[in-house]
Formats: sequence, structure tokens, C-alpha cells
Amino acid sequence: MKDMQDIRIPRAINWNRLQDDKDLEVWNRLTVNFWLPEKVPLSNDIPSWATLSAEEQQLTIRVFTGLTLLDTIQNTVGAPSLMPDAVTPHEEAVLTNIAFMEAVHARSYSSIFSTLCSTKEVDEAFRWSEENPHLQAKAKAILETYAPGNDPLKRKIASVFLESFLFYSGFYLPMYWSSRAKLTNTADLIRLIIRDEAVHGYYIGYKFQRGKERLPEGEQQALKDYAFSLLFELYGIECQYTEELYDGIGLSEEVKTFLHYNANKALQNLGFEALFPPEVSEVNPAILAALSPDSENHDFFSGSGSSYVIGKAVATEDEDWDF
Amino acid sequence: MPEGSQPRVPDIVFYSSRSENTLRFVGGLGLPAARIPISPKDAMPAIARPYVLICPTYADGMGQGAVPKQVIRFLNAPTRRARIVGVIASGNRNFGATYALAGRIIATKCNVPLLYRFELAGTPTDIARTRAGLETLGRELCSTEI
Repeated sequence: MKDMQDIRIPRAINWNRLQDDKDLEVWNRLTVNFWLPEKVPLSNDIPSWATLSAEEQQLTIRVFTGLTLLDTIQNTVGAPSLMPDAVTPHEEAVLTNIAFMEAVHARSYSSIFSTLCSTKEVDEAFRWSEENPHLQAKAKAILETYAPGNDPLKRKIASVFLESFLFYSGFYLPMYWSSRAKLTNTADLIRLIIRDEAVHGYYIGYKFQRGKERLPEGEQQALKDYAFSLLFELYGIECQYTEELYDGIGLSEEVKTFLHYNANKALQNLGFEALFPPEVSEVNPAILAALSPDSENHDFFSGSGSSYVIGKAVATEDEDWDF
Repeated sequence: MPEGSQPRVPDIVFYSSRSENTLRFVGGLGLPAARIPISPKDAMPAIARPYVLICPTYADGMGQGAVPKQVIRFLNAPTRRARIVGVIASGNRNFGATYALAGRIIATKCNVPLLYRFELAGTPTDIARTRAGLETLGRELCSTEI
């Protein structure tokens, strides 16, 4: 049977016959969101880069080489490994987009490096990334799950953890700099990456849920146990990685809170409940504001209790809503 | 308001796609709630009382398409739109400036307050705040005799 599978010829994809509307919804989202690093004026950050201490610069370069490694894995191994498991041709097409955007992300860090840093500093950081045991451990844990022959749904779990959890020990730093009005153009670029990874984690998590719901209860429970145990393993590595990077500038505990917050969101993408309780997952508001700048932050239930006044609704038509 | 009873929270109407994040949030509230169907072929829920709409955001990077089509269809009916008293929106902060954008759009369009925002399926804190907020809102609505 395997031989027959090997010579399987794909059928021409018909985007006008969808088995799952989510495929087209996500395809449209990803293609509209397409971007390249050249669109961001990184060179405006050169004066700001010069205000960082040598230690802060080294930390930043190391963080970005760590992120480059994860994007490289997702580009060359992770997203391609999900393609044979696709249950619709459109899902396979979406995964090709995801794979390519990971290459764009990996490429972007080199744009940051070539704009802000010396070749020697960057070469040193890449060497550091190859030798750092924690970074290598997380890469290994994920790559083992991606290996051929593994359970397709376990691969999706690992993929969601990479997209929605493992990046965040790194993403924290540009958000932190941005909250202090440093490297703000670099932060703009990182926010484009964060936006993409959010769609990737959402979509792969959605496909995981669709696959899982077809299984008997016992197998569903086994997958959930697998997910939580993999998360614990990765969390342990992430804590060590975080301490090694951030102890020097005293931010490790704050980064860990950010890890908890993102681990909970990764679990939600998989359809599971949060693991870390609110008291250890409440992220510094300055970091949250850096993640979603210009999104107004006052609402009725969190506010100081201004009196409720109902207005008069305006007439509404379909066309009015697309803004 | 109903005869002699204590103030009731407004009804809840919500939309949730097959990712079901919003459905999980609504489930956590433990309050009666009517779902706007995913399929345009299915009937919209009947509206008899003031309600709060809970809606996820689907905006692309330019902010287009934030409000799900089915929610637009629901609100396009004047009789249903007339009873909305507030909107709660979900989203993901990772989408930056368009985080929970559907809430701002619906609040502006329907001239009601944006009551609350949460991410994905919400946290226990979000659920507790929303429940408390809905109870307060129920009392205020009674005092203004809507």
C-alpha cells in the first residue's frame, strides 16, 4: 500500500469547492497580511541601537539568533512535515504559505543584523546559538515530534507550541525595548512576525481540534496528556533559557510571566484549558500595550463605573461594516 | 423588568466559529446564551429582551472584515439591533492595533458601549469580570427602565 501512496498524483485543487471554510478564511488572511522586511525602515533604529549597552546589544543579537533558529525549523521541517497530514488540498496550500512566511521571518532577523550590527558580533551570536544547550534542547524536543512516522496530531501539538509558546521568550525583548521607546522600528517588524505566528498557531490548533474530535474518548485523553507533558518539558527548558539570557538585566521573572501567559494561549489554540493561574500570568501592562499599540484600552467593565447611557442605533447596511 | 424579581442580567447573544473559543468563554459564564449560527442557512436566534453581544474579531492586517458576516446579518435587522445594550469583543493582542476591533466597530455602529475585551477563550479573571459587569449592567438597565 505504501508504494501506491508514494506515487499518488495530487488532484488539481478547486478553491470553489471547499470541505472546510476555515481554509479559505485563513488563506485570505495570510495572503492579505503578506509582508517583507524591506517594508520596515530598520535603519531608523541605528541611533537607538547605539544607546544600548554592550551587554544589552549582545542579549538582543542572541535573542534574535534564537528566534531565527525556530523560524528556520518551522520553515524547513515543521510546516512541511504537516503537509502529508493535511485532510484537504486547501490545508496543504495554506501550509505552503505558512512555510514560506517562516522563511521570511528567518530572513528578517538577518536584515536587522545587517542594519544594526557588525559581522563579527553576528557570527559570534550564531556560534552561541549552535552551542547553547537550552536552545538546542528545545529544537531537539520539537524536531523529534516532527519526525516522519510520528502521530500527525502530536506534530500539530508541537507545532502550536512552537508558534504560540516557544517564540515568546524571544519576542519579549523587542516588546520591552519598544515599551521604553527603543528599537521601535525593529519592534514594528517583530509585531508583523507575531501577527503571522498568531494566525499559524490558531490555524494549526484548529486543525488539531478537528482531527482530535474524530477519535474515541480514550485517545483524545491520551493526546491531551501528551500535550501537557510536552508543554511541561518545554517550559522547563524555557525557564533555563530565560534565566541564562535575562538574569543579567534582571528581567527573568517578568519574562516567565509572559511565558505563562503565552503557554495558556497556546493551550487555548489547541482547545484546552489554561494551565497557569491568573496570578502568575498577568503580564506587565507596558508589554501588553507594546503588543497591541493603538488599540484603545478602556472598556465599561474594567473602568471606574461611568454611568451607562444607551444611545440611538444608526441604520446599518452590509457595506458599512468593512472598515 | 420582570415582576418583583431581582434585576436580571441582560440576555447573551454570541457568535463563535468552529474554533469555538467564544463558545468556551460563554460556557464559562454559566449564563443562558443564544448562538448566532455559523451557516447563513440556519435561523437567527429570536430576540425578546435586551441583550449583550459577544463577538470575536476576524480582521486582516488592514482591519478589513473584522466583524463576522453572520453577525452583520444579525445586526442588520432593525428589530434585533434595537435591543442590543452593549458589546463584548474577543481577539488576540498579537494582532496589534486590530485587537478585538469587532467590538469597537459594533459599538460605534450600534451606538452602545464596548463593555469588555478578552483574548481567545478568556481567562478566569475575564470570566469573573464579565459576570460581575453583566450583573451591574442588569441593575443599571432596571434603573433606567429599558
